[in-house]
Amino acid sequence: MSVLSVRGLTKTFGGIKAVSDVSFDLEKAEFLALIGPNGAGKTTCFNMLNGYLRPDAGSVKLDGTELVGIRPRKVWRMGVGRTFQITETFASMTVRENVQMALISHHRQTLDITHRARALHVAEADALLARVGMAADADRATSELAYGDLKRLELAVALAHRPKVLLMDEPTAGMAPSERIALMALTGDIIKAEGVSVLFTEHDMDVVFTHAHRILVLNRGRLIAEGTGAEIRANAEVQAVYLGGGSVFHGEAGGAHG
Amino acid sequence: MADDLLAVSGLNTYYGGAHILSDVAFAIGGNEVVALLGRNGAGKSTTIKSVMGLVRPRSGSVVYQGEEIAGDEPYRVCRRGIGYVPEERRVFSELTVEENLEVGRRPPRADASEWTPERLYALFPNLAERRRHPAGRMSGGEQQMLTIARTLMGNPRLVLLDEPSEGIAPLIVEQMAMVIKELKREGLAVLISEQNLHFARIVSDRAVIIEKGAVRFTGTFADLDANPDIAQATLAL
Amino acid sequence: MGFYFAQLLTGLANASSLFLIACGLSIIFGVTRIVNFAHGSLYMLGAYIAYTLVTTIHAGPFGFWASVLLSAAAVALVGAVIEILILRRIYRAPELFQLVATFGVLLIIQDATLAIWGAEDLLGPRAPGLDRAVRIFGEPIPEYDLALIVIGPVVLGLITLVFRKTRWGVLVRAATQDREMVGALGVNQRWLFTSAFMLGAFLAGLGGALQVPRESVSLLMDLSVIGEAFVVVVIGGMGSVGGAFVAAIIISVLNAFGVLVFPQISLILPFLVMAIVLVVRPYGLFGSPASAHGAPPVPEAPMRPLNQAGIVAMTLVVVAFAALPVVDDGFILVLAVDLFVAVLFAASLHLIMGVGGMVSFGHAAYFGLGAYAAALAVKTLGLPMLPAMLFGPLAAALGAAVFGWFCVRLSGVYLAMLTLAAAQILWGVTFQWQSVTGGDDGILGVWPASWASREVYFYLALAVTVVGLALIRRIANSPFGYTLRGGRDSPTRAEAIGIDLKAHQWLGFIIAGALAGVAGVLFAFAKGSVFPETLAIGHSIDALIMVLLGGVQSLLGPLFGATAFVLIEDWVTRLDYWRFIFGAIILLICIAAPDGIAGGLSRLWRLVRPGTPRSGRPA
Repeated sequence: MSVLSVRGLTKTFGGIKAVSDVSFDLEKAEFLALIGPNGAGKTTCFNMLNGYLRPDAGSVKLDGTELVGIRPRKVWRMGVGRTFQITETFASMTVRENVQMALISHHRQTLDITHRARALHVAEADALLARVGMAADADRATSELAYGDLKRLELAVALAHRPKVLLMDEPTAGMAPSERIALMALTGDIIKAEGVSVLFTEHDMDVVFTHAHRILVLNRGRLIAEGTGAEIRANAEVQAVYLGGGSVFHGEAGGAHG
Repeated sequence: MADDLLAVSGLNTYYGGAHILSDVAFAIGGNEVVALLGRNGAGKSTTIKSVMGLVRPRSGSVVYQGEEIAGDEPYRVCRRGIGYVPEERRVFSELTVEENLEVGRRPPRADASEWTPERLYALFPNLAERRRHPAGRMSGGEQQMLTIARTLMGNPRLVLLDEPSEGIAPLIVEQMAMVIKELKREGLAVLISEQNLHFARIVSDRAVIIEKGAVRFTGTFADLDANPDIAQATLAL
Repeated sequence: MGFYFAQLLTGLANASSLFLIACGLSIIFGVTRIVNFAHGSLYMLGAYIAYTLVTTIHAGPFGFWASVLLSAAAVALVGAVIEILILRRIYRAPELFQLVATFGVLLIIQDATLAIWGAEDLLGPRAPGLDRAVRIFGEPIPEYDLALIVIGPVVLGLITLVFRKTRWGVLVRAATQDREMVGALGVNQRWLFTSAFMLGAFLAGLGGALQVPRESVSLLMDLSVIGEAFVVVVIGGMGSVGGAFVAAIIISVLNAFGVLVFPQISLILPFLVMAIVLVVRPYGLFGSPASAHGAPPVPEAPMRPLNQAGIVAMTLVVVAFAALPVVDDGFILVLAVDLFVAVLFAASLHLIMGVGGMVSFGHAAYFGLGAYAAALAVKTLGLPMLPAMLFGPLAAALGAAVFGWFCVRLSGVYLAMLTLAAAQILWGVTFQWQSVTGGDDGILGVWPASWASREVYFYLALAVTVVGLALIRRIANSPFGYTLRGGRDSPTRAEAIGIDLKAHQWLGFIIAGALAGVAGVLFAFAKGSVFPETLAIGHSIDALIMVLLGGVQSLLGPLFGATAFVLIEDWVTRLDYWRFIFGAIILLICIAAPDGIAGGLSRLWRLVRPGTPRSGRPA
């Protein structure tokens, strides 16, 4: 069953079509990859899916409900979580407090001035951190975290609202190969355990071909291909505009998969 | 070694109270491509920034062409012939491609042919088509090319490339590999920081592996292959 | 017809001089990211130097124009000295520290000018060769105004040419976007910054020198022009020279016609226009989102709860204050109440600025609203003290609700400028609306109730202040306070976890306004009178200085800052040339302790107690 249904999504910036007539479905518990050259429109697409940008045309439906025209924070309340290409975290808070903030918002307590924020939802926050392997870092300052850890923190924050759909913009950028595999395996587990549907963008083809159930390819704002890893690898157009000869990713990670 | 272009030794760098680099030491020959490998947070970027003077090391020595440059300001380091290509691209988005190149322009070196905009446009044909476009309107891959071209306008002898393959499309990564090989043919020395061992192997002569701010391995890729445990332990393969 | 055309030409002539000042300010902000409060002082210096040169050199038109250019060059040199001696040391400091430092420079230049040229207004001669009027449509137009109308666009053209066609211009534009990267490409930023600052100072000096034939030279020129120059820069978009030109024309021409309809409008019109423009275009006419922010802040360490020792220390401080009446029942009590007022005022500003990340240049508006509301409740409604006191925070909250609604839609420097505009509008209304507010004469005879002796009022003030501070602390540690802090750290993330950030910021703005109103009430009854100065720019800057002296990143900061400020002010204002001394003290603190007194103390603490965890950032 399709959880997120995207039809005819179009966006123009200054006369240039950044995204043009993009349609696809995200099934329940599906791990769907969106790949394509830098500037192909992937991030623009993401921003239209959860309300940061209003499309010029097209529709985005979550379980049949139209999302176009709804503010990001409402889209989040309806069950669409998001991690960012360049991480967005609360730098002056500890790791745990970042997750607590998401939980405070989830429980609609942001106007409360009677409690101490750092005493709320501690166990729930720690459980989420444990889930992404960051239990030991709970009391660290977020500003001290390495980039890869920030990505994992964002995942924990995104899970706090128990989303139906999770949008992950380049989730493994800045991570070492084994961390990439671990993060995506973790995401895969979450998909299985909770039935979340995940759409992600990624430049690491090893990650994409290992983990994605299905792959969409975007070039100059248009979907040019859609299919399994094997189909995409064999697609001549995708090779020409994006994958190249494959010399820089085949066998990366020392054959740790495959 | 006396014929090293750059020799780093005993480098210690702190951010606030955190000890980021401890006694980092390595060297680069005059026409050598060296890859600084390690996982994120290991200290690769900090090493490059410490050499460039963007971060002030607390102790240690950076000798370039026989002269101590540790603690010099970035513009002095650059004027000595060290070019820096940052990880986040950092093109001047409101300036045109031409103007971006102009910012990087430095006088030519006596012993090498000068990089001119025309030569760079030949090397990066995409830039030629867009020379009067604001850099911010270009795609990520094109911006990556522009940062390298901009740095080459300074006629460096040594280029520091921070994570050149990170976050860009495979096709552009292939071009990046070609460019690095071209720089070596031109007689330059290159230091790249990388997490992608496969890419590093394609473009570089030697590897320096850094973990938790300290150097764990220095040698050729053949040496590294002979010691799979090292790569396993330090690069999280 | 002719009359209106003449009005238009007057407006355009004013626009030219306004443009010269504003464009220098914009260039300086673009390159150094410093909001230069001392820019009006450079303008004033240009006028004074030109006055001296023009009245000593009598050499006809050539002598006049040479004097004007020489004055601008001299001001450029003064600018170089300021940049090299002071600004260069604080480029990495938080942007507000830079603002306060330039305010210190403003104070120093004010007293230096007073010492050199005296307190009398000076009237310069007309420009030789341009001292007559020509008739256009039957109306007399000063020839000099026509010359000014030409000079503005010529300067705009020259600057545009320099920025587009010279290497220096390209480097300046590049540095406006990414200073560090320009340095890593081999450019010595120091000289780039110094030269950009000199160009800005030159233009300010030129603007000042060109005013000599038009108006008398006085010590009020600096503050009277800086507000309008800020407005022009903001309307045009921070860092945009062309924007400054368009904005200068809009403001000056509207002003020229506005005064025909409503003579008092010139006090508030520029700020009104700015408020309207910013609501429609949050980054000015030609600004970009990136232009809203100065140097990226260094992330602060997570908050820690006050430990046992801290609670004991704070209790001891309160007990020590409570025991004050035993020691002295006169001057010290008065000073202590001043201190309570300042602490509460500074802490309320810190709530929106430190916790909420919304910098207010006009926080005195809510202090003043509180003071006036309470005073009017006593004088007009005839209420006793305690019920009248309640009017203060109510009125302040209402004012903050109205202005805050607009302000929270902006960010960074633009938000700060709109708060300034709001305060300036309120000040203008208070100043003009004589029948209600008494105008410049203020409201007198607002004394505490007869049961409230000096000692009782002291205890009342102490109690109100302690409760106010406790409330602020509680809020900062609550989910609401964390939400504000989260919004400051990353608005994108706040929105992405379902938070309606603007609504929370608005509420924070109202709470902080109400608390400032409480401080204003305490002030009104302590002094027995209220004057428009309580809402003026100077008073808002006082609060900023207090917060910055204390350190923005600490909840205890406002306490230290306000204490230091009140004590220093009490001592210094008794001296001759106190502005000079006060300015020097501000500069000293800015350069020696850029993280404020609280930050400096905690650094000292770490030095004497190694092993305390420190924060830092890895690669």
